[in-house]
Formats: sequence, structure tokens, C-alpha cells
Amino acid sequence: MDFAFMQEAFLRLIAGVPLTLNLAFTSIAFGAVLAMLLALMRMSNIKAFDWPARAYVFVFRGTPLLVQIFLIYYGLGQFRPALQELGLWGFFREPYWCAVLALTLNTAAYGSEIIRGGLQSVPYNQVEAARACGMSGFLLFRRIIFPIAVRQALPAYGSEIILMVKATSLASVITMMEVTGLAAKMISQTFRAVEVFVVAGLIYLVLNFAITRIIMAIEWWLSPHLRRPPAVEPRLEAAHV
Amino acid sequence: MSNGVASLSSQPAPAVSISNLRKSFGALEVLKGISLKAHEGDVISILGASGSGKSTMLRCINMLEVPDSGDVTINGETIKLKHGRKGMLPADQRQVDRIRSRVAMVFQSFNLWSHMTILENVIEAPVHVQKRPKAECVAEAEELLAKVGIADKRNQYPSHLSGGQQQRAAIARALAMHPKVMLFDEPTSALDPELVGEVLRVMRSLAEEGRTMLVVTHEMGFARDVSNRVVFLHKGIVEEEGPPAEVFAAPKSERFQQFISSHR
Amino acid sequence: MQQLSYFELVGFGPNGWGWALLMATGMTIAVATCGFLAGSVVGTFVAWGKIGGHAPVRWLADGYTTVLRGIPDLLVIYLFYFGGSAALGAIGSLFGAEGFIGVPAFVTGALAIGIVSGAYQAEVFRGAYQVVSRGELEAARAVGMHRWLMFRRIIAPQVLRYAIPGLGNTWQLVLKESALISVTGLVELLRQSQVAAGSTRRPFDFYITAAILYLLITWVSTYLFQRAETHSMRGMRRAS
Repeated sequence: MDFAFMQEAFLRLIAGVPLTLNLAFTSIAFGAVLAMLLALMRMSNIKAFDWPARAYVFVFRGTPLLVQIFLIYYGLGQFRPALQELGLWGFFREPYWCAVLALTLNTAAYGSEIIRGGLQSVPYNQVEAARACGMSGFLLFRRIIFPIAVRQALPAYGSEIILMVKATSLASVITMMEVTGLAAKMISQTFRAVEVFVVAGLIYLVLNFAITRIIMAIEWWLSPHLRRPPAVEPRLEAAHV
Repeated sequence: MSNGVASLSSQPAPAVSISNLRKSFGALEVLKGISLKAHEGDVISILGASGSGKSTMLRCINMLEVPDSGDVTINGETIKLKHGRKGMLPADQRQVDRIRSRVAMVFQSFNLWSHMTILENVIEAPVHVQKRPKAECVAEAEELLAKVGIADKRNQYPSHLSGGQQQRAAIARALAMHPKVMLFDEPTSALDPELVGEVLRVMRSLAEEGRTMLVVTHEMGFARDVSNRVVFLHKGIVEEEGPPAEVFAAPKSERFQQFISSHR
Repeated sequence: MQQLSYFELVGFGPNGWGWALLMATGMTIAVATCGFLAGSVVGTFVAWGKIGGHAPVRWLADGYTTVLRGIPDLLVIYLFYFGGSAALGAIGSLFGAEGFIGVPAFVTGALAIGIVSGAYQAEVFRGAYQVVSRGELEAARAVGMHRWLMFRRIIAPQVLRYAIPGLGNTWQLVLKESALISVTGLVELLRQSQVAAGSTRRPFDFYITAAILYLLITWVSTYLFQRAETHSMRGMRRAS
């Protein structure tokens, strides 16, 4: 192993980390909103909402992300005049926005299933207690169902975030110079695939490790009820019943 | 002990009045026309074997189950129902929410919200449903928790408490809403025997304050000593009803007689 | 020049790309299947290492699944494509050959998929093995089965049965991953669509067709895995 070369590779590839993280977190943020919407559609019990959401999830989970990216970035170019007329061409001309859009649509499909699982796992008695207190509709959702569902869904959503960080590598195919894009460029220039691979792989592993830790910290912070109870506080007042 | 005498003279609307309540689950008719009135200050124990319909009746009062027919009237306000695709539905969710915030329920399995501390559980509905100032609710919640004897647990989570403590917290949560009526759905059935006493003591003190309570229970001691009326359900109808001194001493119904002798 | 309709474009007529797309679909299935089977072999050994290996073997196996599931598949494909060529080039120069020697893209692709999906399949097999009842293994030992016989007659059939749902998921993953092989120039479904899109300037029509064909394969294979699952669960008591 040539450590001087690997150091050079590290310095070149690390420059792609901001774009990798940018792509991942922008699409996860937009995707989570869309996923929530899809999950609610699936659970609405209204066919006109349920079936489109089902179809959406089937299509986006059943086709390769790379095909989705090509369809948006190259495919929509076929409708360039129409898109120009609508003022959307500025968006679809940019590989960055096409990548974000494809990643968003893709993660929304997976995310909606995770959120649906979380919502379905909310114990019914917790909902019933809230109803008995006069909660319904959005208040019930906001105060009881959503907070419990988020805690249930967080571990699975954490894995989805890791998958998304990996998925951003496909943006390199439409000229985005994130970590994998820079690695591919460097390999094709130097033909030293193994060294570049090791460096790029290490960067991804460190990113994933950090993200995993952050999610574990959030989980810990959100679930004091699963931890050991705090030391009993001094008794303020004797029970008088 | 409080009783119905005062309310009889002024004749205000009963706190809870249900008339001719019917409810089926599929082919099984659980309630076959039940009527019951609870005046302010009444403590009514509802007895019956499992499957007699007693829990269903209680759950119909705050519309956790929607009756197929019959009326539920709380403080003179009758809950409006309409025909839905799968049976009856409340016609006005806002009305139901308003009534539910005045009719508190204590469940067999406590049903405290697992993601909130005990204090947060108690102030949740007063702050977010009744829209009262938070500081006021917190102060009151602390008093209530002290009253049920778990002031020191206010910042812990339900999973850290024993069953008896959880049920007392659930009672504090119910009290925090200043309920006109309290419904207890077998509040001690899920508890280990040694924890039953602490919950019954709290309930007895509430009865002594003159609160209106409907209690589905298997605790014959509570029914006999604390309540001022006992209702015995059998197969979806009221089989026996009256003051505990009378019905326990001289049960008219043979079924109730059997029931008492098997629940000593 | 009059524009072809969508169905002429992707149909089997003189100007249609139908046959090319069909062949490419076959290539996708072939490379995915080979990759999947390679992954089964890798996965079996890695799972074995995780379950029965001594500490260093176990660490190695755990490290393998952690690393391969944590880095982008595309990177692995680049490693095999470029790295394989470099290795062959080095060997070639020993025998006096000059310059760049390409590894067949099919082999690169199948190997890369095998290495990646092996990590996922190892986890599937390990999970399935843990469900096999200890009692049945003891019974096999008690009747005097030696290790290989026990693996072949008792462990493998049962693990496979419990692993079918997990393998179905991995297969879907592999199928989608096979689209990445297009970057090495292997003419599978996505690559063929790119070629056709380039030469007709109708990218949307071809990519949407590719998407539909992928969905079709997904759909059929989901059905087949479900069939396999019901079939393998015959004689099992249903949890009700």
C-alpha cells in the first residue's frame, strides 16, 4: 500500500463529503414529509387515497433508483419545450435538483412503510385513553399517536438514512462530484482502484458510524421511559389517603 | 355518605342518564335495552359476570362504544348520533369531545401514555383539551398526585411505577379534568392482590367527597360499603338494582344470589 | 421524418427496439441470477463463520457484513471493474502482453453483486439458522449423523425454508442493483435503454419502458417467492 497516494486520495475524496451529506439530508427531509403523507393516505381507509399511495410505493420500491434518476434527468429532457413553457426547465436542467428529486421520491416510498409500521404499532389503549379525555383528530395525532409512532419507527428510519447516504453515490452517474464521483474519477485517472476504494470505503464507514451514533443518541434522548428510573426524589408530602 | 336525597328535592337533570341502550357485536347482542340514572353524588357499583355487558355499558357512556340504539344524556345534554356505513356514529365529534372532557374514565389497564412522565400525563388533557393555563394545571396536578400518594413519582415514566401506583396516577389524571362524572372500568382487576387496597382507598376517599362515580367492579366489599346503589347486569339486561343494604341482604334475583355466593 | 409512435418504438417491427430490449431483460435476469447465486455461496460461508467460527473468524465475518452493507454498491462495482482489469493487466504484463486488459463485464458484475448480496444473505441465513430448533439438531447428533450429513439433511433444508422471505427481499435488492452494472458497459436492460435513448432521442420512452420491465420482473419474482414460501411451509403448523 502506498500511503502517500492514499493520503492524497483522502484529501481529494473528503472534498466530496459535503455534497454527499447535502444530497442525503435534503432528500431525507423532503422525503420524510412525503412519506408521512403517503403513510396517512395508506391508513385513511379511503380507497381514493389508499390505492394511489399503494401504487406509488410499489413503483418506487420495484424499480432501480438509477432508472428513476435517468428518467428524471435525461427522460424529462424529451419534454423540454413543455417544461420551458411551465418555467420548470431551470429545475430539471440541474443534475443536483434531479438527484434530490429522485432520491426524495425514492426514500418517501420506503419511509412511508416505516412510518406506517410505526403508526400501526401505537397501542390502542393509549389512543383510547386520549379519546376518553376528549382528544380527537389532529390534537390526538399530534400529542399522542405521532410521538409514540416516531419512537417506534426511529430505529428503522435510522437504517433508511444509512441507505440514503449510500444511495447518494448514484448521483455521480449524472455528474455530481460527491465522494463516489470523485473516487470514480480518480480511479479512471490513476487505475489504482484498490487504494481509492479503501479510502472511499473508509469515508463512508466513518459517515455511517457517526450517523448511527447520532440516531442512537436521539433514541436514548427520546425514550427515558425505557431507561432505568431516576433515583427516587425526596418525598415531599406523605400520602394522605 | 352522600346520597340522592338533596338532588331529589331540587330535581336537576341527572348527571348520567341512559335509556334503552342496545349494542351488538356482530350477531352477539351484548346490551339488550339498559336504562340507568345516576344523580350527582351517586356512587353506583355495576356488577355482573364477564360477558354480562357491564364494561360495554360503561364504554357507551363516553362513546368509546357507540350504541346501536338508545340515548345517553350527560347533565341534560343528549349525545347526538347518526347512521354511518357500519352502524351508528356520533353526529358531532365536537360534542363528543366536550362531553368526554367532563366524563373521566379510569381503565382496567391504566392506559397511561408511555412517552410522558406522570406529571405530563396528568396535565395533558387540562392543557390541550380544556386549554387551561399550564402553570395552574401543574400546581393542581401536584396537589392531585400528593392526594393519591405519588407526589414523589411526578417526573418518572409510567413503566417505572408499580401497577397500583400507575392506577393512582390514572385516577389523578382523571381528576385533573374536573369531571362531573367518573367512570371506572374494573380499576383493580389488573392489579396484584396486594396492590388492590391502595387503589380502593383512593376511590373510597373520592366517594366520600361526594363525587359521582360509576364503577364496574368485582370488589364486593367496595360495592357493599362504599356505593349507594348496586346494579347487577346479566346477559345484557339489569337483573337486580337497589341500595347495597337491600340487595345484598335480600336479593330478589336468583342469579344475583348465585353471583354473590360465588364472589365472597 | 415522421416520429414513430411509442409502440412502434418499443415494438418488434423493423424500427422497433423490442427484441433488443427483450434480450437486455434476459441479460439483466442472467447477471442478477448469477450474482444472487454467487451471493448465496458467499453468504453461506460468512453465516457459517458468524455462527460456528472461532473469535477471529467471527470478527472477520462480522467485519465483512458491516463493511459491505455500509459502503455504496457502485463503489464495489468500480473496484471489481477497474481493480480486476488492473490485476489482469499485471498478470498479462508478466506474459509480455501490453496495456489495458478488460475483464468481461458480465463476470465483474456478477462477482460484485455476489460479494455485496453475500453480506445480506449471510444475515438472512444466520437469522434462519437461529430459528431451527436445537432439539432437532440434537436428535440428528443422537442418531449418529456427522457434521456434513447433518448440514445437508437437517440444517440446510430447514434454514432454506425459514430464509425464503429474507432471500426474496435480497433478490429484489440484487435485481435493482444489477442496473448499476450498466456503468461497466454490460448491455443489460438499463444500458440498452441508454443506447436506444441516445440513438432515437426519446429518452423518456425508453427509461419508462425499462422501469415497466423492472416492475414486471419484480412482480413475477415476488409471486414466485410467495409460491415457494407456501410450498416450503407445507406441513408446518400455522400460527393463528
